[in-house]
Amino acid sequence: MENPYLPYPVRIDDIEVATEDKSLKTFTFVFVNPEDEEKFAYKAGQFAELSIPGVGEIPIGIASSPVEKGFVKFTVFRTGVVTTHLHNMKKGDLMGIRGPLGNWYPWDKLENKNVVIIGGGFAFTTLRSSIVYMLDPANRKKFKNIDVVYGARSPGMLLYREELFDWEKRDDINMHITVDGTDDPDWKYHTGFVPQVVEDNAPVADEDTYAIVCGPPIMIKFTQPALTKLGYQPHQIIMSLENRMKCGIGMCGRCNIGKELVCKDGPVFTLEEINQTPKEY
Amino acid sequence: MNFITIDKKDWAPGVDQSRKTYRVYGPVEDKNGCQIKPLAPDMQPKMDAPVTVMSAKSVLFPQTEKILTATLDESKEDHHVMKPVETDDMPRVVLGIRPYDAKAVHLVKLNFDNPDYKDPYWCAAYDATTFVGLGVTRPGPCDFSTAVGSGPFSEEGLDVLMADMDDKYLAKILTEKGEKWAAACGFATAADPKESQVLFDVLKKEAEKQIQADVNTDKLAQKTILDLYDAPFWDEVAFSCINCGTCTYVCPTCWCFDIQDETRHNTAVRFRNWDTCMSSLFTHHASGHNPRGTKVQRVRQRFMHKLKYFLDKYDQGIMCVGCGRCVASCPVNIDIREVCNRMNDYETTK
Repeated sequence: MENPYLPYPVRIDDIEVATEDKSLKTFTFVFVNPEDEEKFAYKAGQFAELSIPGVGEIPIGIASSPVEKGFVKFTVFRTGVVTTHLHNMKKGDLMGIRGPLGNWYPWDKLENKNVVIIGGGFAFTTLRSSIVYMLDPANRKKFKNIDVVYGARSPGMLLYREELFDWEKRDDINMHITVDGTDDPDWKYHTGFVPQVVEDNAPVADEDTYAIVCGPPIMIKFTQPALTKLGYQPHQIIMSLENRMKCGIGMCGRCNIGKELVCKDGPVFTLEEINQTPKEY
Repeated sequence: MNFITIDKKDWAPGVDQSRKTYRVYGPVEDKNGCQIKPLAPDMQPKMDAPVTVMSAKSVLFPQTEKILTATLDESKEDHHVMKPVETDDMPRVVLGIRPYDAKAVHLVKLNFDNPDYKDPYWCAAYDATTFVGLGVTRPGPCDFSTAVGSGPFSEEGLDVLMADMDDKYLAKILTEKGEKWAAACGFATAADPKESQVLFDVLKKEAEKQIQADVNTDKLAQKTILDLYDAPFWDEVAFSCINCGTCTYVCPTCWCFDIQDETRHNTAVRFRNWDTCMSSLFTHHASGHNPRGTKVQRVRQRFMHKLKYFLDKYDQGIMCVGCGRCVASCPVNIDIREVCNRMNDYETTK
């Protein structure tokens, strides 16, 4: 019997400080046993449990993309016991990864559609996975227009800066980068909160357009009406939720929203589905 | 289906004989009241015990259970590599389990053994366990098992159902596991199947007559989750709750757990422990956000999970077997029977 609690052993291959306040680091892991990498076949939008023996586990969205091979990346915010311990670890250290867990963005349904990616803060990690997946030469033709609205508190808090500015230069993706505020006179992108930037810049919906939203609960709450104003129907708004999780496999009973378990039935739901559940997220 | 009789003077020797094959669990009296526990070699189950304070759920789902371990000694090649703790596959028998507790195992199984994931620890324990039930001839005042798809002589989840016939037990063997247990005890006195079934039916009818609870669940399925969630009575239901979590710990169908790591010297151990949705930490995010930060939200969660979410998710009735432990144990007299009726009778004015 497969043991779903058993993490795959991994080694930290690289650690990159992701933001200027050093609260976010991007960890690159390689699997100790190459066959485990095959078993860890994931799709953009899924998450995993990062597991530090003796310390604990935390659920984190996968930041790398299925089209990137040989490693797996996670961007982790230092906020609790496990994340603080992880932030103090070094290259070469051993730990575990359990997963992949949860569902993913509905890639089959999104084919031949316009996709608008909306993210705020460090929840942008699974969206990076999605963008890299869609921009991969083997996949780009499967999607029509791609728009990205991504907001951070300040320019120094933007994640994946080099990639962001590379994507900006491409003509097959429309980037709308924003920060809540900045004193930087050279800042040439948007200033303001994500919902307003969405309302002002995201494409008006037709039946071929879907929005993927991932961010803190407050951002999700205010982005929904902005999308509704642009004509998006509840089934066209796809969200990734975050509830506190432990087991990640739907057994510990912690992360439910109504009868749905965020870790197993989610974390990806359409607004149409969410509208049928209590507002417990 | 076969019936046997077990003379009570043969009971203890039979139980002792079965210890060669089985680890034996049963009701015992201790300072905390009657509990289902593993029986030491010199102990016999207290078969005439009243309702046990705790259910038998800990036989398959211990309050604290080691699940993984790793060495942190960096001189070892496999340091920081977690390994499963061996599952306990030794056959065990639970004697004197009440039928509603056996039905609860069936409901909990839906969580731990589902098409997507199998919990190896729970499943190994389940496969190794034989449930020998004892029909309830004198249901307690909180027992409302008949109202929720179980009952004093329900057979669901049992391998053997016994009836106390004063100087003997009449036992209905329900499964192959039950047959093996009877053989291991040397219990082989066949009883007439027709007569025995008639006796069981009479006892069942008499026991069911004694249950007076008027608990209705018939309209719960037709209601929507959001209507019940937004019903106006939750503040009133939750008013006296002190979030002690007793209701969840004594419940045979509550399965929520936490996972925690501990270290001792160079050994790391990952445990799982019972947890409770009555605790505000249960859903508290590291960010500080808490979707169920208030008492009323948590009380509503417990009742909605048991009486509506479970019903909608599995289509197997409600997540309650009517044992009445939560009613009897609640220090502030919150009564699931009243809450169930309120939910069942609630009509939205929308």
